[in-house]
Amino acid sequence: MEKSTLLLLILLLSIAAYYCGSQKARRIAGQTEGRRLHSLPGFYGYYTALWVALPALVLMMIWLFGEGPIVTSGALASLPPDVTNTPPERLSLLVNDIRNIAGGSASGDVDPSMLAAADRYLHLERHSNVLLSILAVCASMGGCHFAYKRIDPAFRARNKVERMLTLFLIACALVAIFTTIGIVLSVVIESMRFFQQVPVTEFLFGLKWSPQIAIRSDQVGSSGAFGSVPLITGTLLISLVAMIVAVPIGLLSAIYLSEYAGPRFRATAKPLLEILAGIPTVVYGFFAALVVAPFIRDLGAHTGLDVSSESALAAGLVMGIMIIPFVSSLSDDFINAVPQSLRDGAYALGATQSETIRQVVLPAALPGVVGGILLAVSRAIGETMIVVMAAGLSANLTLNPLEAVTTVTTQIVTLLVGDQEFDSPKTLAAFALGLLLFLLTLALNIIALRIVRKYREQYE
Amino acid sequence: MNNEAQTPTESQRIVDIVIAGLAKRRRAEMRFRFYGLISIIVGLLFLVLLFSSIISQGYTAFVYTNVALDITYDAEKIDPDGSRKAEVLASGDYDSLWKASLFKLFPEVTDRQKKRTLSSFMGSSAGQRLRDRVLAKPALIGTTERIWLPVDDSIDMLAKGRLGNEDELSEKLRDSQTWLHAMQAKGLIHKALNTEFFTNGDSREPDAAGIWGAVTGSAFTLMVTMALSLPIGIAAAIYLEEFAPRNRWTDLIEVNINNLAAVPSIVFGLLGLAVFINLFGFPRSSPLVGGLVLTLMTLPVIIIAGRSALKSVPPSVREAALGVGASPVQMVFDHVLPLAMPGMLTGAIIGLARALGESAPLLMIGMVAFIVDVPTSLSSPSTVLPVQIYLWADSPERAFTERTSAAILVLLAFLIVMNGLAVYLRKHYERRW
Repeated sequence: MEKSTLLLLILLLSIAAYYCGSQKARRIAGQTEGRRLHSLPGFYGYYTALWVALPALVLMMIWLFGEGPIVTSGALASLPPDVTNTPPERLSLLVNDIRNIAGGSASGDVDPSMLAAADRYLHLERHSNVLLSILAVCASMGGCHFAYKRIDPAFRARNKVERMLTLFLIACALVAIFTTIGIVLSVVIESMRFFQQVPVTEFLFGLKWSPQIAIRSDQVGSSGAFGSVPLITGTLLISLVAMIVAVPIGLLSAIYLSEYAGPRFRATAKPLLEILAGIPTVVYGFFAALVVAPFIRDLGAHTGLDVSSESALAAGLVMGIMIIPFVSSLSDDFINAVPQSLRDGAYALGATQSETIRQVVLPAALPGVVGGILLAVSRAIGETMIVVMAAGLSANLTLNPLEAVTTVTTQIVTLLVGDQEFDSPKTLAAFALGLLLFLLTLALNIIALRIVRKYREQYE
Repeated sequence: MNNEAQTPTESQRIVDIVIAGLAKRRRAEMRFRFYGLISIIVGLLFLVLLFSSIISQGYTAFVYTNVALDITYDAEKIDPDGSRKAEVLASGDYDSLWKASLFKLFPEVTDRQKKRTLSSFMGSSAGQRLRDRVLAKPALIGTTERIWLPVDDSIDMLAKGRLGNEDELSEKLRDSQTWLHAMQAKGLIHKALNTEFFTNGDSREPDAAGIWGAVTGSAFTLMVTMALSLPIGIAAAIYLEEFAPRNRWTDLIEVNINNLAAVPSIVFGLLGLAVFINLFGFPRSSPLVGGLVLTLMTLPVIIIAGRSALKSVPPSVREAALGVGASPVQMVFDHVLPLAMPGMLTGAIIGLARALGESAPLLMIGMVAFIVDVPTSLSSPSTVLPVQIYLWADSPERAFTERTSAAILVLLAFLIVMNGLAVYLRKHYERRW
């Protein structure tokens, strides 16, 4: 039986068990006068269903982890020893080949011994599935029997079921923690391997980035140049351009929307601006590469400036557009959080509306706005698609926004897209860059969230 | 402060200063207001510019130029031994059929160079279409019929006027344009709905490239994401909002979720590559891994939205349920959750819409490969719509720019539908307390 069918079968069995369990509970409740059931009959049903599903699912999980290695080693054992006597990388290729043949997607001539191994693989897999099906159904039946027997008016089914449910809820809440741990571990471990080959100081302070050289091992300095400084300056340059676009536009439109605009205008303009935040970044990237970059280049050509067609200006400008609604909706929140009494006080002293905003409301909202801007910076630094499509690949160490620069995210994508060997410093460098990016944005986020949270409490 | 010291003349002086400054202050006020209005207009202008440039680039991709040709199904070309067997028919030279028809249409073309240009007039699928017709109905062999066939993508671009004015064209294209005009005059050209764009997988040839493969891949990926992130996200939100004790651990989880929501999406891609592919050995480029990565990415959004939806249910509902004897779990699942569900679903749909438009983490796990076949299962290699857009945007052919914009329009249409659904849910089911 296929595993998906088995899963379906277990589901059906547990539905049946639910009915059996709740029926028995009802029957007992009808028979025994005076003694009431501890829980509603449904809970006895859920209890039985849980005992049907859980043992089988646990068994399946264990099977899934153990099955692969056993089946492949069985298939490999049928191959002649001189074929299997190779280093692990070759062996995994061999296993892949066997799987392909077994899956029927092999092309060209196939070695008869490989064919036999694939046969053996299929055979073992089929046996393993049959065995699993039998064991799983047995486990279900056993569980069902156990639970069914325990149904009794005094049995506290609700407490048991609720306990299982709470455990499930806790497990789900822990997924977030495990995600963070997974992120940290995966980038840190690969980065450690990278730093064994390239010193940390070179990575952090090196002024040259050219990982491509690493392909040729016969060259001097075969590990390439892995100085991340040009990438970071490039990232910061593009983010700076983006913030120069987004902060004034976002802040001023938030001020206008919350202080000046009538309710009708606000109700139309705000959602329209927020559409900008919902557009996928790949669309912005396409827009930057197709419309904005050529426009800026032509503009430069008219005014006699030499503008690269992958200029930091184009990427930054489009990224700024993307961030406008982010800045504006966060600022809007904080401006609205400033108590009306502060404004009224300023008006009473004779200040005009703009004077009130500039001298009273904005200073009061400033910490929150700064926090919001920091969050926006962190988003700009981590933004990938726009820079991959519109910024360059050459790592220039420059502060001129008209030149092409590259960014951390662009380099991660270029290093990891396409064929890769997992141990080369080139691939590992991507993880080191990922670590850098993660730490950079994490620091910004923590500072920003702390400012935001502290400020929110101030007026509440 | 020293009111008593103020003589009438002094206060008069202050009033004069204030009056003298009024005009200036009024101008400053108007200026400030104007800046605010201008920045909103600039923001909206960008929006209009973005949409108009993509729509104007892309709308033409939904139709394709077809030419009516009198095709003679020459038995010599497609069935040399006259056996009418399917495998012989399948390997016939169908391109020569439309070529012959074109040469007949333009007998004045004798120059070898020009003949070669004319031979690339029709698209790569023209021959295939003829073959499919013959395979379905072998009786056609030996007869002549007029049938509509798709032109080459460069000719299509030419017919749509996408290649600039006449003097910018190369000599080859200028010839093609002359032929095109001649056919147009005879009424042999018409633009039909480009069905291949919606039903084909990816291709190196712009005229055969379609979005169906990417749409299926996106559907599979989103299915995995939805199946995992919705229950896990809602369960986590319920736990954190309703059951979790307030202590250091739950604080840690909370800070964690807020931080995860702001982690760059590409970092999730690195996690997927290192854990799901290299550690667990899940198949590369598969919707399964893509869905898992997007699940981790969407979870914080769903949890945060879910918590605020639960928070908005008033405590009176909880107290009433507990008061009539419900257990805490019954109270949450039977009373609070149904009331919070519309709000939770709204947040979830917005999170899923974001996942649908996401591409950066999927590049990391190999969903960027060139894949022609339409994916059939969760583990078959596939790509998704945003990544397909990225791939096409990189292609140099002019026709791909049009396809890219059209694919973007399709993606935006999906996103509009999803967000519209979220707005509808919010408007019709969310209760204000």
